[in-house]
Amino acid sequence: MNIVVCVKQVPDTTEVKLDPKTNTLIRKGVPSIINPDDKSGIESALRLKEKVGGEVTLLSMGPPQAEVALREGLAMGADKAILLSDRAFGGADTWATSSTLAAALKKLDYDVIIAGRQAIDGDTAQVGPQIAEHLEIPQVSYAEEINVEEGKVVVKRQFEDRYHIVEVNTPCLITSLSELAEPRYMSVKGTFDAYREKDVKVWGLDEIEDTVDKMNLGLKGSPTRVKKSFTKQAKGAGELLDDVTAEEAVEAIVTKLREKHII
Amino acid sequence: MSKDVYVLAEQRDGEIQKVSFELIGKAKELAKDLNQKVVAILLGSNIKEKAHDLIEYGADEVIYTEDEMLKEYVTEPYTKATYEIIKANDPEIVLFGASSIGRDLAPRVSARLHTGLTADCTGLEIDLDTKLLMMTRPAFGGNIMATIICENHRPQMATVRPGVMDVLEKEESRSGKINEFPIEFNEKDMNIKIRKVLKRTKKTVDITEANILVSGGRGLGDKKGFNKLMKLSEALGGEIASSRANVDEGWIEKDYQVGQTGKTVRPDLYIATGISGAIQHLAGMEESEFIISINKDSGAPIFEVSDLGIVGDLHDIVPKLTEEIEKVKNES
Repeated sequence: MNIVVCVKQVPDTTEVKLDPKTNTLIRKGVPSIINPDDKSGIESALRLKEKVGGEVTLLSMGPPQAEVALREGLAMGADKAILLSDRAFGGADTWATSSTLAAALKKLDYDVIIAGRQAIDGDTAQVGPQIAEHLEIPQVSYAEEINVEEGKVVVKRQFEDRYHIVEVNTPCLITSLSELAEPRYMSVKGTFDAYREKDVKVWGLDEIEDTVDKMNLGLKGSPTRVKKSFTKQAKGAGELLDDVTAEEAVEAIVTKLREKHII
Repeated sequence: MSKDVYVLAEQRDGEIQKVSFELIGKAKELAKDLNQKVVAILLGSNIKEKAHDLIEYGADEVIYTEDEMLKEYVTEPYTKATYEIIKANDPEIVLFGASSIGRDLAPRVSARLHTGLTADCTGLEIDLDTKLLMMTRPAFGGNIMATIICENHRPQMATVRPGVMDVLEKEESRSGKINEFPIEFNEKDMNIKIRKVLKRTKKTVDITEANILVSGGRGLGDKKGFNKLMKLSEALGGEIASSRANVDEGWIEKDYQVGQTGKTVRPDLYIATGISGAIQHLAGMEESEFIISINKDSGAPIFEVSDLGIVGDLHDIVPKLTEEIEKVKNES
């Protein structure tokens, strides 16, 4: 079973802070990581490969430095990696991003595509389902478990109030939750192989030109655009009681709760 | 020409979900600025009788499609129905709930229609000059807000975060057109097979519905720390909630998590105990009506959004507060 995992390199948003003076993002020193939902997708793909054989290919779109994320995935045990990197792909929204990734996928041999449910920088959860639509294959999103039984893929699909255990034929696309599989660590040998034995292929527009309409790529091919971005106005702080005893604190809270008719 | 504001009403087991009424509430405002109508799309099996609920909450019209294939949510039959209804009616705007259904369906539909989609919006308004929909959403883990537009493709589509938009007062006297939109489904539309539906049996509390939340962070120290909060929330008639750290530790289930990757809550009272107030947490609770926080660290960011902040030890204050509230309640 050949599996392609879609991977995004993202800034670790839990490390992002706001500059209180300028109210802008401090990007400096923020580490780049493999998006957590994608990393669990890689892990899940590797486990499926261990069970039923086949090849795991990583596919990413991003600037040249996204290669680092792909090398990390190779070190975990993936077989191949492709980085889609070209000026023509830049400034893409989810629609154009999914068109670009789908164009590359049309050139690859896959039974299952796994994409992380959502990236922590954009939080859209849109690219996976949009790829599936461009490829006209079924999708199962929010996967908590993936198994293979007699050539069929069986997925435990999470909703807020229930699970569906679903059966889907290949080829199909699955979006993975970070709960799906705890990613393994890179081994020393794995890391060595990722740099010496394995290759990250870089594809530009030339490599996918025949499987996509150029009008659907990058900023030009994006139906949406960002009109403005801003940091939220913090709500003004109220009263702060420092240096009070527990009893005084309780009294202050109870007084407020009475004022608000909560008690 | 494209016109009208459509919302995809979400049903589970034949019950219309609250987020659908929130969408109608917001759609009503947008439609007023555009001088257009609000139309709800309702998909399900034997669902017709629920259509009037959508009218009572403010929809001007309902378009419904019934089929056995639409009983449980499955991507392809829902995509086909939504796509065909949109194609036939050419709406200006379509809104979906940013639930695990809406966030599966909307991107698939947007790709089929070749139009833009903005995810998980917390603000929507019409620009009165351009008449474009301004879709505002948090990005970068809630650190920044971005306003997105879709100029040249129709419909303009967004998924909307549950719990953020206001529901209109239900009025039984409201009336509106309810029309069936018949669709022929065939076997290949059901391209996945549901083997089993497992209800999440544990009594899951929906913290977005609670009026009072007593929430705990890392300062609780351990799993047992929630017992103290439970007693306080019982005394107040509320529910407990949590920051992400405790969920990651496995002290409490994810259903209780407030924040960017958890739920957005707007209770009348939010008591934050032992929560420092990472921006991701604040994103999920800062719209609460009244916020009280207790934290040992006087520099904790949670105090910046609090109406009343107490620098102190929650393990000392929470039990005493619980006792005092019970006393007050017994007096009255």
